[in-house]
Amino acid sequence: MRSSFPNKWLPYLLLAPSVFIVILFLIIPSIQSVYYSFYRLSLFGDKLLFVGWDNFQKLFSSSYYLNSILRTVVFAAFVVFVGLFIGMSLAVMLNQKLKGMFLYRTLFIWTYALSPAVAGTIWALIFSPSSGPFNFFLEALFGTSINWMTDSTIALLIVAVAATWKMMGYNIIFFLAGLQAIPNEMLEAASIDGAGAIRKFFRVTLPLLSPTTFFLLIMNMMYAFFEVFGLIDIMTKGGPGDATQVLVYKLYKDGFVNFNTGLASAQSVTLFLFVAVLTILQFRFTERKVFYS
Amino acid sequence: MQIKKTRKIALYIILTVILMIVLFPLYYAAVMSSLPDDEVYAYPPKFFFGANLIDNMVRAWNTVNMGRLMFNSLFTATSVAFAKIFFSILAAFAFTYFGNFKGKGFFFAMILITHMLPLPIRIVPTFELVKRFNWIDTYSALTFPFFASATGTLLFRQLFLTVPANLADSARIDGAGPMRFLFKILVPLSKTNVGALFLIEFIYIWNEYLWPLIITNSNDMRVVQIGLKMLLASEAMAADWNIIMAGTILALLPPLVILLTFQNTFMVGFGLKEEK
Repeated sequence: MRSSFPNKWLPYLLLAPSVFIVILFLIIPSIQSVYYSFYRLSLFGDKLLFVGWDNFQKLFSSSYYLNSILRTVVFAAFVVFVGLFIGMSLAVMLNQKLKGMFLYRTLFIWTYALSPAVAGTIWALIFSPSSGPFNFFLEALFGTSINWMTDSTIALLIVAVAATWKMMGYNIIFFLAGLQAIPNEMLEAASIDGAGAIRKFFRVTLPLLSPTTFFLLIMNMMYAFFEVFGLIDIMTKGGPGDATQVLVYKLYKDGFVNFNTGLASAQSVTLFLFVAVLTILQFRFTERKVFYS
Repeated sequence: MQIKKTRKIALYIILTVILMIVLFPLYYAAVMSSLPDDEVYAYPPKFFFGANLIDNMVRAWNTVNMGRLMFNSLFTATSVAFAKIFFSILAAFAFTYFGNFKGKGFFFAMILITHMLPLPIRIVPTFELVKRFNWIDTYSALTFPFFASATGTLLFRQLFLTVPANLADSARIDGAGPMRFLFKILVPLSKTNVGALFLIEFIYIWNEYLWPLIITNSNDMRVVQIGLKMLLASEAMAADWNIIMAGTILALLPPLVILLTFQNTFMVGFGLKEEK
């Protein structure tokens, strides 16, 4: 047993600031989100009227919302899988003990410091239909050009590319850390057994890296669902049409542009269910991890 | 050994090519921020620096009142980072040095659960609450709701658990109270972690977008991130990309400088790297 200070009230005093903030700004508003999701604002905005499951019914029978779910899933899948694949590949290369790798590492991780809004601004320039360098290269090499201000598929793809780029630094930092935690003896033992680089990667590195990969999977998922708001607001404002209107953007629009409190809260609750599933998965997995580590 | 050498060279080549692709957007943004107005829409585009960087930055600065926005972002990010560090050290101390007091597990779960409640999940009620406090367009709204930190509490708890138990015993024998022990012994031991946490929280708050967007209206209370939106919106027909990019570079510099300066502290403090 660790030593402890015999003090009856001090621990509560120490916890008070954190607990106070959590209750006031996180727990109570979250519960209120659930409450509001069963109400709607009266016509003059002065009364809350109980409407039961109406808000949810409205959401899940609206093709706008269902499309937004689909779009978010596609977007998140791109950000997560492309992001993790590139991040892991680069981290493995950067983990080689070669001259100058420290410099390379620094040059690869800096995107972590960028905000989604900054990433959005930069990529809006790169893909700018009229003067952007991307279209210039495309024109020069293939004699064609793209316009994401009118083409919905390309718009979603471009937003996903920008979001993935921004997350690359973060992914590389954590993959590098995970790789460095793999004991050298394991890799040497595999070498002695005659395993080549590729075999070593799939048999030793990949399994031992799985806790990191899973952690990043969750973080990238949360990022793709929630934090890309700034990027989308800067780049497309959900357009063209509603081609890049992911769930968090639609929630913002319903809550703070259309002032539909009930409908927005129902979307908050739906998003919470998604987070809850992710969290349960995370706990399940971390339990299993304890098992073999 | 010939094969090994070719592989090494191939690795450098691949990394350099990818690096150029990854760096290109930032490079091009920097180039754009230095171009005079008549070269913004030049065809073919300019790929080398012009001479108007300072001029463009001044224009971006003046267009959106950047001095004020910078101050707001800096003040918000710094005070939130310090408050998060301070409160999470206190909480972690409570969880590690006071035995099993009543409600310990409950409070621990309560702080951890914040991970499950990102802003969009509680955005309407939190906004209503802040409005009821008359906090629209105030620093209180920009800072207070962020003061608790699950990440920080976990990080310091983990660290305090590895501090040898007899350290507290000897402190007690010497007649030092718990708060003295915390500030004279535990906090100095946590310097690296404090640095690491400062870095991630500063970057996190500096880059926050949605919350400042909804709880500030006046140009005096906007933050740098919203400044970017204002810069983009100030262009009626064709975007003045050189001015927008000058503003963008200004917005990304503070967190970037902090990351590059404290890179090592950050990696060590989060257990991402062994101390050398």
